[in-house]
Formats: sequence, structure tokens, C-alpha cells
Amino acid sequence: MKDLKQQIRSRKRWDAIFALCGLLALMLGVLTFAALFVDMAVDGFARLSWDFFTSYPSRRAGQAGILSAWVGSTLVMITTAFFAVPLGVAAGVYLEEYAAKNWVTDVIEINITNLAGVPSIVYGLLALGLFVYQFGFGQSILSAGLTLALLILPVVIVATREAIRSIPQAIREGSYALGATQWQTVRYHILPYSLAGILTGVIIGMARAIGETAPIITIGALTFIAFLPPSPLKAEPPFLSFEWLMSPFTVMPIQMFNWTSRPEAAFLTNAAAAGFVLVFMTLAMNGLAIWLRYRLRRNIKW
Amino acid sequence: MSAPETQMTEMLVTKAESRNLNFYYGEFRALKNINMPVHERKVTALIGPSGCGKSTFLRCFNRMHDLYPGNRYEGEIVLQPDNTNLLARSVDPIEVRMRIGMVFQKPNPFPKSIFENVAYGLRVRGERSRRRIEDKVEQALNDAALWDEVKDRLHQPAYNLSGGQQQRLCIARALATDPELLLFDEPTSALDPIATASIEELMHDLKERVTILIVTHNMQQAARVSDFTAYMYLGDLIEFGVTDELFIKPKMKQTEDYITGRFG
Repeated sequence: MKDLKQQIRSRKRWDAIFALCGLLALMLGVLTFAALFVDMAVDGFARLSWDFFTSYPSRRAGQAGILSAWVGSTLVMITTAFFAVPLGVAAGVYLEEYAAKNWVTDVIEINITNLAGVPSIVYGLLALGLFVYQFGFGQSILSAGLTLALLILPVVIVATREAIRSIPQAIREGSYALGATQWQTVRYHILPYSLAGILTGVIIGMARAIGETAPIITIGALTFIAFLPPSPLKAEPPFLSFEWLMSPFTVMPIQMFNWTSRPEAAFLTNAAAAGFVLVFMTLAMNGLAIWLRYRLRRNIKW
Repeated sequence: MSAPETQMTEMLVTKAESRNLNFYYGEFRALKNINMPVHERKVTALIGPSGCGKSTFLRCFNRMHDLYPGNRYEGEIVLQPDNTNLLARSVDPIEVRMRIGMVFQKPNPFPKSIFENVAYGLRVRGERSRRRIEDKVEQALNDAALWDEVKDRLHQPAYNLSGGQQQRLCIARALATDPELLLFDEPTSALDPIATASIEELMHDLKERVTILIVTHNMQQAARVSDFTAYMYLGDLIEFGVTDELFIKPKMKQTEDYITGRFG
């Protein structure tokens, strides 16, 4: 009996050792992020005021704000989502539900996974040649939105496929057994039940896109913008305008980059404040993803 | 239960008939020359040990195998009265599934409301009239002996129902579109004895109006619910006959060994 206890204790020691190592590894990541975030918050907090959000950049650090940057980021994100979501979801649904399982599909699958690993600057170069010059969209919000849409497309496709794969085959068989077509099965079952997973993937992709700097600089976003794109709403019919799509713009990370490259310390404070806002935007998006997943999955069980 | 003699004097109408049916999963021949009738408004049971091909055979009737690549049918399953070969290339599997309903081994209600589950088959067929859908849903739930239990909570999620209720909901879902033939693939193997009894009782009532083909691994169940029984082994149909006769005096030694428990 004694031997048995002894033996269990010595085996359990490894449990404790691994748990400790795992905890350390986890803490290393979490604490590094926390330290960076706190440092940034401390540096920039003093600059966070209503004026900071409603002012254009300025030569004087004390008067500079992020109005054109956060408006630009928001508009670029809307454009990105507009293109990436339908394309990515359609591609993911096609691959999971329609495509024949053969080597062509395998090659496409491998390529999509690879696309997710392509450095973002490469997307920037592609976009510069294709969207900016070839299609003549110029250095506009449209070009930036399309570029980031390409960038997060693999993320959306993979998230869509994962979400679809978690739907039990019994649900599909139940639908087909009642005489449903493929589209009816997708429309009434596959899409609604995978919506939570798809939205989560989309938002995580967007959270990545909002922080992207390199491809946006490559296509030629300006670093100093003291005006807003034309309003999407008009007083006269048809009330909606898409002029803003072709407008020059800047985004949050570029504004930060611009400020950090200035010599004056006051601009570094601005950069820290803008960084705090950007991280907050990202965290808010991730929070939204978690909330949506919780809400949408509440009624789905198998 | 009527005695075998009276059953035999009844007029038997063939609802479906399998003729020289072979089925292949890729290279593997899972069904070998199956010839067997399914009689109208009777319950026909398919029994046999695991891997004998009974579920494979059942799933040929609604072309379920078409959903997966590499499967191949040879031969015919002819559906009456219009003499349609269900397995013909020219016949759309959707048409087959619109005429033949199916209830699965594990209850598989959709994660929607009770009402929407039953209404789904009608919606798939393009039915838009709210009133017609409501009438049909009520009727189907009545036919599946579920109406009284769920009439006050039609719009609650189907997942709040117990396992036995879920399976009856799946039966109602299949009944709502008036199938000519109803396939049951081990419908009670995931249920407790009480829920099983209620499903068996339901099947007994349903055969007044719909032909039933059921796969079961439970021989007592086959004996209780079916009028005809087919014993299958390794892809062969060993014996087919009136249930009472097959269980009391089987013609084949193999069948006798299986039903007496000496094998399987």
C-alpha cells in the first residue's frame, strides 16, 4: 500500500511541474501585453479628451487629434467587411457543401491556408499594381478596403469552413431526406447554424485588418490628412453618396507611425494615446465577437 | 395481432420492389442481388447482425447514398403504382425523397422550434399559405401522437423535448408531407424502453395509411411490429417471409441460428 502511494506521488509530481511551466508560459504572454498596454495607457492617458477625437492632425502636438484617422479606419473597415464577408462566406460554403472532394479541391484548400501566411506587404504590392493603377481606383478608401479584404479573405474562408464542419451530418441528412435541395439546406440550416462561428471569424479578421499598416502605406495612404471624406449621407435625393470611397484617407496605425517618427516627445504622447484607442477598438471588436457567439449559440444544440 | 392465416388471405399490394439490387461503396460490394417486395400498408422489418447491409439497403430507398461520393447502385427499386425505378439516373433523388420519408437512428430535430421542424418539409416544397401549414403541422403532430404534449409550446426549441418526444417529432416531420413509404433506421436504439414502446405503438397505428420499412437490431421489436421480416447476412438476403412464420419456423438454417441466438 505504501509503495502504491509513493508511486502515485512521484508520478503526480510531473503534473505539478507541467502545470507550473504552462502557467509561466501563459503569464509571460499575458504580462508582456499587460505591461505594454499599461505603459501606453500611462503615457497617453493625459491626451485622451474629446478634442483628441474631434481634431485633425496638426504641427503642434498639443492640438493634434485623430479625427481623420479614426474616421478613415472606420470607413476602410466597412469597405473591407463589405467585400470580404460575402466572398469569404460564399467560398467557404462552396468548398464545404458543393465542391467535389478531389485533388483540385485539395490544391485550392492548401492554397487558401497558404494565403493566410502571405506577408501583408505582398498584398500591398499586389494592390498597388492592381487596384491603384490597373483599375484606376487611386490612393482611395476603396483601394485600401479591397486590399484588406484580400488580406482577411483566407481568415473568413477558414472560419466559415470550421463553423460549417461543426454541424452534424445528421442535420444535413435530415434536411435532404425531406426533399430539400442543396441550396435550401444551406439557406435554412448551414448558414443559420454556422453564423456564430462565421461572425467570430470575420471579426477576428477585421481586428487584424484594423491594425495593418504596411499594405496601406504601400498603396499610398497619406500620413497627414486635415479633412474628412465626403459624407455618405446627403440632404437631397438619393440621400446616399459613395464619393467617400474614392477619397484619400489615413488610418489609425499610420497616424501613430507618423507621430512616433517625429522628434518631439509630445508627439510620442499622442502616439501612445492613439495606440490606446486602437487597442481598445480591437478589444471591443473581439468582445463583440464573444458576445455574438454567446447570443447566437444559445438556441443551437445538438 | 391477427393470425398468420388471416394475414395471408388479405390482398397484398406491392408498394416497392427491389430487383437484382447490388450496391457498392467504392469497390466494396455491400449488397448482393437483393430481390424483395415491400407490401403496401404493412410493416416490413430488416434484421441481421451488424454490417449485414440492412441500413445500406434501407438508405437505397431514398437515395441517401447519393450524398456521398464513390457509391454506386446496380439493379432496380421499383416504386408502385407508377412503376418508377427509384435508382434510375433519370430520376432525381429529390423527387424520390419527396415521396419517401425517413426517420433516423438518433433523433435529429433541427435546432429550430417544434413548429418549424414539422413545417420544414412543406416550406421546402414552396408552401406559403400560413393556414395550410398550420393545419398540416397540427395534423402531423396528431398522427405522431405528440400534439397534446406540445400544442402549448409549438414555438419553443425542439431541443427542450425528451428523446422519445424528439423522435416522434421527427416522425411528424416526415409525415407532414404525406410520404408513400416511410423508412425507419433503428428508430428506437437511442431511446429508453418506455419511449420505445410508444414509437412501436405509433408504428402500429401508422401502417393504416403508410407503408413502413424498418431496420432493427432488436429481434423482439421486429417480431412485435412487423408483418414481414427479411433476414440479411453479409450483404445477402437470406430469407424473407411473413414475420410470424419466419420467427416460428424459419426455412433457412442460418435464419434459425440467428433468431434463436446461436449466432450473431
